[in-house]
Amino acid sequence: MLVVACIKQVPDTTQVSIDPVTNTLIREGVPFIMNPYDTHALEEALRLKDRYGFRVAAISMGPPNAEVTLRKALAAGADEVVLLSDRAFGGADTLATSQVLSAAITRLNEREEVAVVLCGKQTIDGDTAQVGPGIATRLGYTQLTLVDQIQHLDLAARRVRVRRKLEGRHEIVEAPMPAVLTVVREINRPRYPTVPMRLAAEQAEIPVWSNAVMTIAPETIGLKGSPTKVNRIFSPERDKGEILGDGAHDPDGAAELLIARLMSKDLLPL
Amino acid sequence: MGYPQIFAAVLAVSVVLFIVSCIRRFRLVALGKPEDRLSHVWTRVGNMLLFAFGQKRVVARPFGLNHFVIFWCFLVLAVANADFVIAGLNTQWGIAAWLPTSISGPIFGLFDLVSLLTLVVIGIAIARRLFFPPDYIEARSKDAFVILTMIALLMVAFFGSHAAENAPHLGFQTGFNYLPPMPVSNAIAHLLVGLPEATIHVLATGFWWAHAIILLAFLNYLPFSKHMHILAAIPNCFFKRLGRANTLPTETFEVGAEYGVGRVDRFTWKDLFDSYSCTECGRCTDVCPAFRTGKPLNPREVVHDIKVNLLANGERIAAGQQPGLALIGPHAEGTIAEDTIWSCTSCGACMEVCPVFIEQMPKILQLRRTLVEEEARFPEEVITFFENMEQRGNPWGIAPSERTKWCAHIEAKPFSDETEYLFFVGCAGAFDARNKQVSLAVAAILDAAGISWGILGKDEMCCGDSLRRLGNEYAFDRMVRHNIELFRRRGVVKIITQCPHCFSTLKNDYRQFGIELDVIHHTELIQRLIAEGRLPVNAAAIGRVVFHDSCYLGRHNGIYDAPRAVIRAATGQAPAEMARHRENSFCCGAGGGRMWMEEHLGTRINIARVHEALETRPDTICVSCPYCLTMFEDGLKDVDADPRVGVKDIAEVVAAALPAQAGEEAKA
Ligand SMILES: Cc1cc2nc3c(=O)[nH]c(=O)nc-3n(C[C@H](O)[C@H](O)[C@@H](O)COP(=O)(O)OP(=O)(O)OC[C@H]3O[C@@H](n4cnc5c(N)ncnc54)[C@H](O)[C@@H]3O)c2cc1C
Ligand code: SF4
Ligand code: SF4
Repeated sequence: MLVVACIKQVPDTTQVSIDPVTNTLIREGVPFIMNPYDTHALEEALRLKDRYGFRVAAISMGPPNAEVTLRKALAAGADEVVLLSDRAFGGADTLATSQVLSAAITRLNEREEVAVVLCGKQTIDGDTAQVGPGIATRLGYTQLTLVDQIQHLDLAARRVRVRRKLEGRHEIVEAPMPAVLTVVREINRPRYPTVPMRLAAEQAEIPVWSNAVMTIAPETIGLKGSPTKVNRIFSPERDKGEILGDGAHDPDGAAELLIARLMSKDLLPL
Repeated sequence: MGYPQIFAAVLAVSVVLFIVSCIRRFRLVALGKPEDRLSHVWTRVGNMLLFAFGQKRVVARPFGLNHFVIFWCFLVLAVANADFVIAGLNTQWGIAAWLPTSISGPIFGLFDLVSLLTLVVIGIAIARRLFFPPDYIEARSKDAFVILTMIALLMVAFFGSHAAENAPHLGFQTGFNYLPPMPVSNAIAHLLVGLPEATIHVLATGFWWAHAIILLAFLNYLPFSKHMHILAAIPNCFFKRLGRANTLPTETFEVGAEYGVGRVDRFTWKDLFDSYSCTECGRCTDVCPAFRTGKPLNPREVVHDIKVNLLANGERIAAGQQPGLALIGPHAEGTIAEDTIWSCTSCGACMEVCPVFIEQMPKILQLRRTLVEEEARFPEEVITFFENMEQRGNPWGIAPSERTKWCAHIEAKPFSDETEYLFFVGCAGAFDARNKQVSLAVAAILDAAGISWGILGKDEMCCGDSLRRLGNEYAFDRMVRHNIELFRRRGVVKIITQCPHCFSTLKNDYRQFGIELDVIHHTELIQRLIAEGRLPVNAAAIGRVVFHDSCYLGRHNGIYDAPRAVIRAATGQAPAEMARHRENSFCCGAGGGRMWMEEHLGTRINIARVHEALETRPDTICVSCPYCLTMFEDGLKDVDADPRVGVKDIAEVVAAALPAQAGEEAKA
């Protein structure tokens, strides 16, 4: 059986700055990284491999240079990777993205039964958290979001039990497989690749599936298949706040002022 | 003494046994990887004379003198015993038979006195172990007492046999009855006068055989005890590294390669030979900051474990089988525990004191390489460090664009053809709030001296020191190659660093990758500028200053005088010294990548050092390293020290002594 990890290559947003003139993101020279949440999705897939002996496939939709990120997945221990890359996929919103990813998972499933699909909770660039649910809906798989623990997979009964991390509480859910799980960072600590694995990954052939291979209806993918349009990206103007008291010389006084102010605005429930 | 045939047979068996055990043991050394330790033969001979025969390092400690005497007694007695064996085979071959008594007499007199001296120093050695055992080794080991007793008995037998031999000649000093001038033996002989001739004869034979048997037993005990060092230590001084062990060998990254040392035969032959040379004196343990603060690292045991592991696995490995005893694993004799491996601060104190030049530190770091590169096993917190280094080129994972924030309010030119020196600010100097002030102080000093300098700004990347010391050679290798490419492209040759780790790494480690950089740490540069009169300083008394030697400036690069000269120039007086200073300085606890790790075993190293510094009642603790700065400031807070005690980098001390407008004048 196969576990599929969906991983996206994103710009290292901590290194992205905003052009003060055009108010757009300066992406030049910004290194790409594996979406941090996806490192946890991949790690969880590898742990399922260790626990249940699954094979792990990592897939990513992106430009050709996204293969760098897939090599990292190989180095970490993925058994196979597929890069979904085609000009026709470009400009996709979450709908079109999940369309392509779903098609890829379907193809993989034809070869080897997919037990679980793992996604990150969200990305650090698009931040929508919609792709995982989108895939689940499209494939008719169970949708389990915000998972911070996979407790048990019952392969005979085809059921999965997970713990979801919600605001201030946990929820334990049991559901039928196959399932799409989106994971939060608390779920695990990703492993560090060994050098032999890295070297093997550096030399591996990365299979690329273009739409010639996938043959998805062109109007459902890429820009054409994307009803959402991003109008403008900007960093909101932020007014410089007021400085209360003198924290350096009178920290207690400053703290009191702050508490009083927060209470007056009903921001500090007592 | 009768029976030369029997003696010849016993001797032959013992010698064959001895040779066989030596061959079996020393042959295993050849399992190690190659390493060149034969170049510059004459320098090596000199080292051997100085350190093995001169025992230079041995005598650096009080009881070392005792060992020095034992060593030389041994050399004299080696001759005595060679003669004993030869004469035992055939009396006609002995010195006494073929040398005129005018020569052989004094020689035997010498043997006699040296034997007495040996007995005395052995007595002292036993007394030390019984009454003043050092706290850092198990001084009262069976091994130690067995060997000391054997030597003492050998001396007793020597006196006994000579006394019995000489007794009949007492009082008859005629031509036929020559009495060799052996004061000790002869004094004992006097006690035998009056005994029947037959008894004396029995005594003489008995003692002679006792002497023979103890000698041969001793010979055959050597290879199986810590006294193997008697055989290995002298050559080990010959094979001693000629420079400092401040780098590690590079690695080749290709499919199928092995990384670091995960099996005993992946050490070099010299590493293995080191383990045979260990005298188990425990000096390395005594000075080890990890050991001294209760961590599970004892460098002497690491060396011992390597030896035990080699002896346990050597034959199997030689036969192409898998080793039976793991080199890295849960702590056991012959196996080194992971906690042990991660406790090392790479301070180099162990190597500085080892009388026979064993290199403990690089062995430990080689073990890390296997753990990191082959098994990805390391303390949890290190992964963040590795990822930050690989993704953002600095330990904190801060965006590279922040690298120039420290100099937002001063003029810092980008390094170019127009600037002479690259000021390699370093990660701490660029990102750490406290150390940014040091960067500003260095910049002010450079400006005051009219030095032409520039920075790489956001293109600067960590030098990679901690990656290497933590065993991540793969990431280090990539980082170095990236930096070298950058240096070449930008024409960087002369570099000023404000961190001893950057300094040592750029200077010593980068050389292995084919670039010769002219690197100078600010301490030495300032000292030079002051000496040349290029940096005007008005000595300003700032109270009592105590200087802490950082490991990578001091022990790893031998810079001890420059900081002291600078402090004298800037404050008008020589710095106070802690009990352990210069070569014997005690690490702050942050080296070897420990800066990025939790210190959850034992007590904190920086606290130990802070206490030591506070004993000198300082107003200012002066350091020359960003890590030391952090460790001392944290430590002072943790021990609730008088808040008036400050920690300053040496550059800050100097910057405070610059006359106002010094920079403007230099520019004008
Ligand atoms: C600044 C910015 C704003 C955007 N705003 C919108 C918007 O408002 N609406 C909209 O529809 N689109 C938007 N997009 C486009 C959209 O982000 C991506 O094109 C879409 O593919 C993925 O959405 P996401 O990044 O939010 O992923 P999320 O839904 O946040 O990602 C969840 C998980 O899905 C998986 N995943 C996501 N993308 C991929 C991929 N390419 N390959 C493999 N796995 C993947 C990963 O496991 C990921 O952790 C925006 C893009 C940018 C850069
Ligand atoms: S380098 Fe320092 S910490 Fe490491 S073993 Fe030697 S003395 Fe101990
Ligand atoms: S390694 Fe050196 S210092 Fe340490 S116990 Fe052995 S001989 Fe002594």
